[in-house]
Amino acid sequence: MTGDAAVRVRSVEKTFNLGKVGEVAAIRSVDLDVAPGEFVSLIGPSGCGKSTLLRLIADLIEPSSGTIEVFGKPAAQARLDQDYGMAFQRSGLFDWRKIAANIELPLELMGWTKEKRRQRSAEMLRLVKLDEFADHYPQQLSGGMQQRVAIARALSFKPQLLLMDEPFGALDEMTREHMQSELISIKTELDTTVVFVTHSIAEAAFMSDRVVVLSPRPGEIHEIIDVDLGTRVPDTREDPEFFKKATEIRESLRSVKAAE
Amino acid sequence: MTEVGRRAPFQILAVVAVLVAFATLWEGYKAMGDATGGTWPGTDRELPVATDDLTLPHVHEILGTMVDPVQRGGDETLAVFLVKSAWFTFKEAAWGFAIGSVFGLGLAIVMLRSSFLDRGLLPWINISQTIPLIALAPIVVTWGRTTFLSDVQAVSLIAAYLTFFPVAVNGLAGLKSPPDESLELMDSYAAPWSATLWKLRFPAARPYLFPAFKLAATLSVVGAIVGEISSGVRGGLGRVILDFAGRYSTGPERLYAAVIASALLGLFVFGLTVIAERIALRGQLLEDVG
Ligand SMILES: Nc1ncnc2c1ncn2[C@@H]1O[C@H](COP(=O)(O)OP(=O)(O)OP(=O)(O)O)[C@@H](O)[C@H]1O
Ligand SMILES: [Mg+2]
Repeated sequence: MTGDAAVRVRSVEKTFNLGKVGEVAAIRSVDLDVAPGEFVSLIGPSGCGKSTLLRLIADLIEPSSGTIEVFGKPAAQARLDQDYGMAFQRSGLFDWRKIAANIELPLELMGWTKEKRRQRSAEMLRLVKLDEFADHYPQQLSGGMQQRVAIARALSFKPQLLLMDEPFGALDEMTREHMQSELISIKTELDTTVVFVTHSIAEAAFMSDRVVVLSPRPGEIHEIIDVDLGTRVPDTREDPEFFKKATEIRESLRSVKAAE
Repeated sequence: MTEVGRRAPFQILAVVAVLVAFATLWEGYKAMGDATGGTWPGTDRELPVATDDLTLPHVHEILGTMVDPVQRGGDETLAVFLVKSAWFTFKEAAWGFAIGSVFGLGLAIVMLRSSFLDRGLLPWINISQTIPLIALAPIVVTWGRTTFLSDVQAVSLIAAYLTFFPVAVNGLAGLKSPPDESLELMDSYAAPWSATLWKLRFPAARPYLFPAFKLAATLSVVGAIVGEISSGVRGGLGRVILDFAGRYSTGPERLYAAVIASALLGLFVFGLTVIAERIALRGQLLEDVG
């Protein structure tokens, strides 16, 4: 065991319905290290196993073979220790809970006192700039606002690791870019490690320290692209270096499809 | 004001309008029959229901009998007597509803936990509802008498028998309704099964449960009345209906009055569940951003 990686994936394979009808090899021989504080994106053709890999790291499903460690512990232990927060494409807010209560859900499950929960949810709401909406219900918020609440919920207990599955997938382009900047600033503030599934090349290039390009199912790591764009600001999207990286990712994706 | 608040007076108006229309139709039909001598106008085809005062008493007679004394020379009017009887039946039905709902929810939880029991129990639950109540009620009452159950309690049990079914079936559907994402979210928090049940599955099941409760509430009244009739328990509407049916030829309007009382009781319990639903779902009924 080594403590220096936030996530350590070793020769992991996942086959659904192994030995039964409908057997699907989702991912094959994946090795991946994510360093603490790093932002790593997973990108690849639809159905290549991005969500599967993320759910494996989250210990929501078990690998067919191989090992996964999170902060040096088995993934199962990390889940029990609440070492990560998670956000999905659909915000998944509970519509019978007010916004503040949604953010407090994990805290409630951890047995925090009401007062501490209130304090933290207020703090998180400020972080995602939704202070005025604490007592609203999710249906009263726009899609982008709901997604921000989901992120606040994932971060509410300040986990060291954030696992996100196309969290901005359902948002329009402008909101999306805005949310990307916000996530980066939150991540920087809390020094969180992020593993981020996306379909968007621009999103991957803008946000990541490294972009992992997966091949079609069964997913394997095709290429890992380092991105160094320094501190991200909105103008980074106009930086020639940004375009260069986006092109590199696009070409990598094309070559996996061609190799198919 | 919420949408519900705006709708309520309108709904009352609609109910009253339907009632008035129904009374008008009733009297109109009677008048038509009296005019033609019991046939469709302009034909010699007989009307499906005779229009004499024994078969179809006048609306005003039915209403009038409400203020007549129940017993010749007594003080208590029929209306008061019916309200007392309805209260008696209501208590039986309420117990039946409570027992049936708790049992139904318990079954739903058990079936949720074990797909084996889910598959094993569901056919039996379905079959249980095909047994005619008329056959079952005396059995329950007889069994009750050999144990510690009073007849009134046996009647509640019969009401519970009708109540548990919709609660179990809809409850199970509701408990299974949260999307995988929400369940995975709870998993990601390492939430124990019970926490997922209370904080996710139950709240998510409410929109499924309330229609079931509405149905169950009405069924519990039906069950209580049928139970009273089969067991001969005194004090409730079932017995009143039995008595008035026996004396139909001398006072048909009284049976109609008792039937109306039963219908009103059904409406009353239905109304209670609607109120309970509005309280339980109040957050989700909000529409305007504050
Ligand atoms: N629970 C499951 N049972 C069976 N097969 C599954 C299950 N979950 C995923 N799969 C299969 O595994 C493969 C990878 O799915 P996954 O959801 O990881 O893809 P993805 O890369 O996230 O796709 P997308 O970009 O469309 O979200 C798919 O072929 C999918 O059908
Ligand atoms: Mg996916």
